[in-house]
Amino acid sequence: MPDGSMVQGPVLRVEDLTVRFTRRDTDVAAVNGVNFSLNAGETLTILGESGSGKSVSLKAMMGLLPGYARIDGRIWLNGRDMLTLPEAELRKVRGGAISMIFQEPMAALDPVYTIGEQIAETIVQHEGCSKDTAWKRALGLLEQVKIPSAARRLKNYPHEMSGGMRQRAMIALALACSPSVLLADEPTTALDVTVQIQILLLLRQLQQELGMAIVFVTHDVGAAAEISDRIAVMYAGRFAETGTTRQIMRQPLHPYTKGLLASTVHGGMRGTRLETIPGSPPNLAHLPPGCAFAPRCRYAVDACRQGDIPVVTDETGHMARCVRVEEAVPA
Amino acid sequence: MSAALQIPLDPRDRGGPAQPLLLVENLRKHFPVRGGILNRQTATVQAVDDVSFSVRKGETLGIVGESGCGKSTTARLLMRLIEPDAGDVIFDGDAVGDRRGISVNDMRRQMQMVFQDSYTSLNPRMTMVESIAYAPRMHGTPRREAIDRAEMLLHRVGLNPRQYARRYPHELSGGQRQRVNIARALALEPRLVILDEAVAALDKSVEAQVLNLLGELKESLNLTYLFISHDLNVVEYMSDRVMVMYLGRVVEAGPVESIYRHPRHPYTRALFASKPTLDPDRRTTEMPLTGDPPNPINPPSGCRFRTRCAFAQPRCAERVPELLAPVAGDADASHVVACHVPEAQTPKHHTTEVGHA
Amino acid sequence: MSATTIKQGHDARMSSTLQTEIAITTPDMPVGGVTPGYWKSVAGRLLRDKVTMAVTLVILGILFITLGAPLVTSYDPYAGSIMTRLKPIGTPGHWLGTDETGRDLWTRLCYGGRMSLLAAILPVTIALIAGGFLGVLAGYAGGRVGTLIMRTMDVFYAFPSILLAIAICGLLGNGLSNSIIALAVVFIPPMVRVSETVTSQARGLDFVEAARASGTTTLQIIRHHVLANVLGPILVYATSLISVSIILSAGLSFLGLGVTPPQPEWGLMLNSLRQAIYVQPYVAALPGLMIFITSMSFNLMSDGFRSAMDVRLNK
Repeated sequence: MPDGSMVQGPVLRVEDLTVRFTRRDTDVAAVNGVNFSLNAGETLTILGESGSGKSVSLKAMMGLLPGYARIDGRIWLNGRDMLTLPEAELRKVRGGAISMIFQEPMAALDPVYTIGEQIAETIVQHEGCSKDTAWKRALGLLEQVKIPSAARRLKNYPHEMSGGMRQRAMIALALACSPSVLLADEPTTALDVTVQIQILLLLRQLQQELGMAIVFVTHDVGAAAEISDRIAVMYAGRFAETGTTRQIMRQPLHPYTKGLLASTVHGGMRGTRLETIPGSPPNLAHLPPGCAFAPRCRYAVDACRQGDIPVVTDETGHMARCVRVEEAVPA
Repeated sequence: MSAALQIPLDPRDRGGPAQPLLLVENLRKHFPVRGGILNRQTATVQAVDDVSFSVRKGETLGIVGESGCGKSTTARLLMRLIEPDAGDVIFDGDAVGDRRGISVNDMRRQMQMVFQDSYTSLNPRMTMVESIAYAPRMHGTPRREAIDRAEMLLHRVGLNPRQYARRYPHELSGGQRQRVNIARALALEPRLVILDEAVAALDKSVEAQVLNLLGELKESLNLTYLFISHDLNVVEYMSDRVMVMYLGRVVEAGPVESIYRHPRHPYTRALFASKPTLDPDRRTTEMPLTGDPPNPINPPSGCRFRTRCAFAQPRCAERVPELLAPVAGDADASHVVACHVPEAQTPKHHTTEVGHA
Repeated sequence: MSATTIKQGHDARMSSTLQTEIAITTPDMPVGGVTPGYWKSVAGRLLRDKVTMAVTLVILGILFITLGAPLVTSYDPYAGSIMTRLKPIGTPGHWLGTDETGRDLWTRLCYGGRMSLLAAILPVTIALIAGGFLGVLAGYAGGRVGTLIMRTMDVFYAFPSILLAIAICGLLGNGLSNSIIALAVVFIPPMVRVSETVTSQARGLDFVEAARASGTTTLQIIRHHVLANVLGPILVYATSLISVSIILSAGLSFLGLGVTPPQPEWGLMLNSLRQAIYVQPYVAALPGLMIFITSMSFNLMSDGFRSAMDVRLNK
């Protein structure tokens, strides 16, 4: 399976990833078997609501979960399994071959160092080059993420920047060591609409220039449609459906995807009653047997409430985890 | 959507359907920024500056804008959670806080608010039914009656009282808590409900449920809404009329169809063009606006949008544009714009379509 | 989730034309049976916390032997005898030995605890009431009133607590009541600061705004919304202050500024047994051990309360 040669093929492959948070009196199954692979220059969006396990999956890939998290499965990054790497190796990979941007740049950036210092420090640490070279690279990075008057901005502290600028600075920091995979955890959620589209466009353009793979996690269908090549719809710790952006947006197969799209308000819905998914997502500490969506699903039959739900994949790679996918396709 | 005409007689209705339920004139709030050892005022945040609008009986007025535009401050000013520096608020013909008008307390019985954060807006030490019954009890409703009514309200917002009445906030999901907050706001039987980003923190599937609920409640209880949100799609869905705010001022206002189909202010147009298209084949390729909204501390002179506006001219820096109906054209007079530059207001078709090139 | 509730939800969904979506009441967050109230769930968490339960038992034990001293010993705490001076631990009849005037040490420790606990708990109680009041006032009122109160308290913060206590005691003269007053003055500023912080936090929360927005009066808001939410943390902090107070009050009487001899009190006993440290080191250390155990137990108990009351930990 894992060919260390990394000539072609996926830069990131996740196999059967599961994450459980086990503490004294709780056992939360946050991620329950996630599989995907990602090629260079490709963007996969994990679309899901709160508690779907999308952020936990991302943190598992980055090795950022707390000690009491039990992680199983394989995360192949450039042919090496992240989960078996010793901590020292992992530190080198983190911020190097794989890096991450967050929803709240204020929390990810260190308030006591300037933007320039933080980027230069990361470069020095990973590549061992001189401070001078690192500083020049930092300037180039700020220009690359289109921060106006970059030379001046290098000497700014995070709190001296506006929300959108901070997000750009964090992207620059993440790109410092030319990662092959960029993990993005809701990077546009906290931003204003006019700034959000700027960041989405920036990420798209940077990807074309640098050829990295992006895993973009969001709850926002609009952002997902704007940026993704493929979308994976996540529910209760599993991918309910994966497909190209067109397939997911135009011919959703899984009842959850359909419900999610139908309940997302967009233009031209005035005067109509919104279609909703009744109830709310299940408690991850007490997942129902069978399909986790069955208790809210309009099409659920007995087969949905027991055993493993088969995965149905068509020849284009459009996958849905649903018992009734074949009959319920009227698209 | 002429809901105003269908309102049956409310004993509290004073001026009839033609009189606006809420009339706001020249509302202003500037927050001092203090600093230094002596705590001197060093700057001013012009959070709300000269804002005027009206809300008709039975309609939903949507307020959109980005962070720092003053929409939430406006809500808090209306509720008198903060004191305005200047301006008049007239509730159904009565000036609020005026000797000859209506007291702030009486106004609050008729005007209630739902906050964004469903968790912090509920007292963690009170059960759901206690929270809902609290305000009526403080206003003298006997305990038993207040609790019965609270349970009825719970049912009304779609929560089974038997299951949820005695629960605490942390035992409910965000959507359920927001339903309780809505019930709490309705407990005093208000006529106007201010919804300040009331669905912003909810998941999309839950958001749709709450929006449907708000629609039903409005119909069955003859409510009037002031719907504040940053989400353009949700505002379009909910509102009869829309008001767009930028850095503490109103830049455009009018009927929802008119605003969404023919936005006139350059800011409104940029805002709409920034909306994700939801169509993988027609993705946005050009940024409608660059940079972030400027800081409301010491905003630009004249038209506050001029620093980011492609049509800006010298006069935009000199004079504050007034909210006026366009001189000519097909739009009706209720659609008003605050812009000096007529050519900026002419919606060129390629400008609105710029995203889909 | 039980079968019946699922069925209810299912039925409701069948009649989808229902005006409000009762289907929402399907249990999305099964909490498992009846949900307990807040204080009940706090008690539940406390009962499961073995350390807190153990130290609480220790404190109850200390309270029993001190308040019920006549029940656990038959000696007179003041009556000594030259014959039985400085007996070691394990002496028949005096299982913890005797002090320098031949008084039974177990008896002295039991009776002495009364003074020690009184001199430690009373100042904290006074500080809790006075400091809590000032702090809630400063936190809720804010503005000038708040600044005035807080700046005044900052003056007291400038001195180390033990020095301040000694200075006040020196000013007022020695004696139990003066030591209590001195400690109360020392504890009021931190009490004010803690209550001010939690109050101003609670005041900024939306539910307080919501209560204001529905015309609730300030007093009602403080009573129902602020106090209910700040009393917990303030009480926890007061409990942790007791442990400091025990050490400080013992220190004052050790220095001769608190309780006067021949009254038994742990700090004072430690002082008078000091001379016997080479003769009977273990006996001489016993009052110190009592101070340590009591102070430690109060500290651990307040930690336990703090984590049991923090709802977010369990979210």
